[in-house]
Amino acid sequence: MSSLLRRNRFLIPRRIVQVSLLVVFVGANLSGWKVLQGNYSAAHVFESFYLADPYAVLQMLVAGFILNIDVIVGAVIILLIYGLLLGRGFCSWVCPMNIVSDLAHYVRRKTQMNRLDEKMPIKRDTRYWILVLSLVVSVFSGVAAFEFVSPVSMLHRGIVFGFGFGLAAVFMVFLFDVFVVRNGWCGYICPLGAFYSFIGKFSFIKVNHAKEDCTMCGNCFAVCPERQVLSIIDKQSGSIPNSECTNCGRCVEVCDDDALHFGKYTKLK
Amino acid sequence: MSENQNTTRRDALRKMIRSTGLFALGGLGWGAYVDKAKASELVLRPPGALAEQDFLNSCIKCGICVESCPYDTLIVAKPESHVPIGTPHFKPRAVPCYMCPDIPCAPPCPSGALDIDKLKKDGDETGDKLDINKSQMGLAVVDHESCIAFWGIQCDSCYRACPLMDEAISLKYERNERTGKHAFLKPVVNSKACTGCGLCEHACITEKAAIRILPRDLAMGKVGDHYIKGWDEEDEQRLQNIKDVKYQSTDEVPAEDYLNNWEDLIDE
Repeated sequence: MSSLLRRNRFLIPRRIVQVSLLVVFVGANLSGWKVLQGNYSAAHVFESFYLADPYAVLQMLVAGFILNIDVIVGAVIILLIYGLLLGRGFCSWVCPMNIVSDLAHYVRRKTQMNRLDEKMPIKRDTRYWILVLSLVVSVFSGVAAFEFVSPVSMLHRGIVFGFGFGLAAVFMVFLFDVFVVRNGWCGYICPLGAFYSFIGKFSFIKVNHAKEDCTMCGNCFAVCPERQVLSIIDKQSGSIPNSECTNCGRCVEVCDDDALHFGKYTKLK
Repeated sequence: MSENQNTTRRDALRKMIRSTGLFALGGLGWGAYVDKAKASELVLRPPGALAEQDFLNSCIKCGICVESCPYDTLIVAKPESHVPIGTPHFKPRAVPCYMCPDIPCAPPCPSGALDIDKLKKDGDETGDKLDINKSQMGLAVVDHESCIAFWGIQCDSCYRACPLMDEAISLKYERNERTGKHAFLKPVVNSKACTGCGLCEHACITEKAAIRILPRDLAMGKVGDHYIKGWDEEDEQRLQNIKDVKYQSTDEVPAEDYLNNWEDLIDE
């Protein structure tokens, strides 16, 4: 039992954080709780200040609208939290789509769908092109382009305000992840994740690797949703330099050699 | 240069061109979808909403206004509602806007899509007092064919439901020529006062409402500045707004000579 807890010592708090945020948002809509009103696009905190999705705000700004200071400040707060402290932590600790993609990953592992994998049909950097494209389309269409198609928004909005066919979009992500590409949505497509990879480059909290303890067992590679970030394993010590790491801590949990830890940003040696 | 180097270089070029092509393909498809998805002529927005295009740009789709609405009037658009996704709107036949005097929905809007400047009370120096009656969510339009008051049946449901009775909807007394004996009491909407709350549409007794709220842009025409009301000095001032007045040049044939100089029209 205790080893099971230890094996999931970040997964469990991650789920608690993800679910309790959702509960607080749903409670605001259903019972009028004043803790976090709204959703992950923008939220009113204790009726005193706002938080906002910086990527959505960026799209709205390039689409050419002068926004209220409330939403800009809210976006800057979020930028600072992830940019300085948590890196791409949004994706694994907050985003509800992570629950869907982790479930898809689980199904994929159990059904050994990976055995069918031939060459990955898309590249990891596709998401950055989609990020750029979303801004280009926002400029030309005059509205925030990704916000019109985002299954992430459909998911959290659906949970708070009722799904409708938004559930279909979420299910599409699930099917894509199970049958097309391993961690396909979060690891290849999602421009919101790409955005957080971008801003989380030099965040304080990183996963650190101690090369001297590593036995190259490969456990971390089996669980990591962004395997390319583990390129330093058994080669160099220090923080995972690739900011596509979502700070989910799965690798830390499964490492039997104590060669991976959460820690402060340190340069590679 | 070896054969091999040549092909890798060409392949690199091909890849670049392919990426550019895929980028353009994605952009065009995405752009076309967004353009379709934001087409929303028939949507009623919360009080203080900006003009539709500005609203669509500035609404961050957080739903805080929807949560603030005590009557569950406002709803968040789902993919199948054919309203730009995630944006707040309302359907007055289901739940109208009950015109809360303290306006809980608009002030918490973080992005400015609901602009409280549009709801400021007239003549209030401090500028903090809001007046829900300043909102322009839509305009009530009466279908004369299906409104039973136009048949001569006395029904004043909409008139009595209207929170601005005798301002936004008034009853017009007319003689019923069809029967020759009776009177009509026809509801007439004043577009200057109507807020588009939809209490009339909600109250309308016909199977499908005979008085309905339409977005103001859709319901209203625009005269322009070239026509003024006769014998109305104030309205004449609007003529000053005309910028592109074209005066007839003097070398054209005067109107009265046009028929007399018919010779010019004949090709010899």
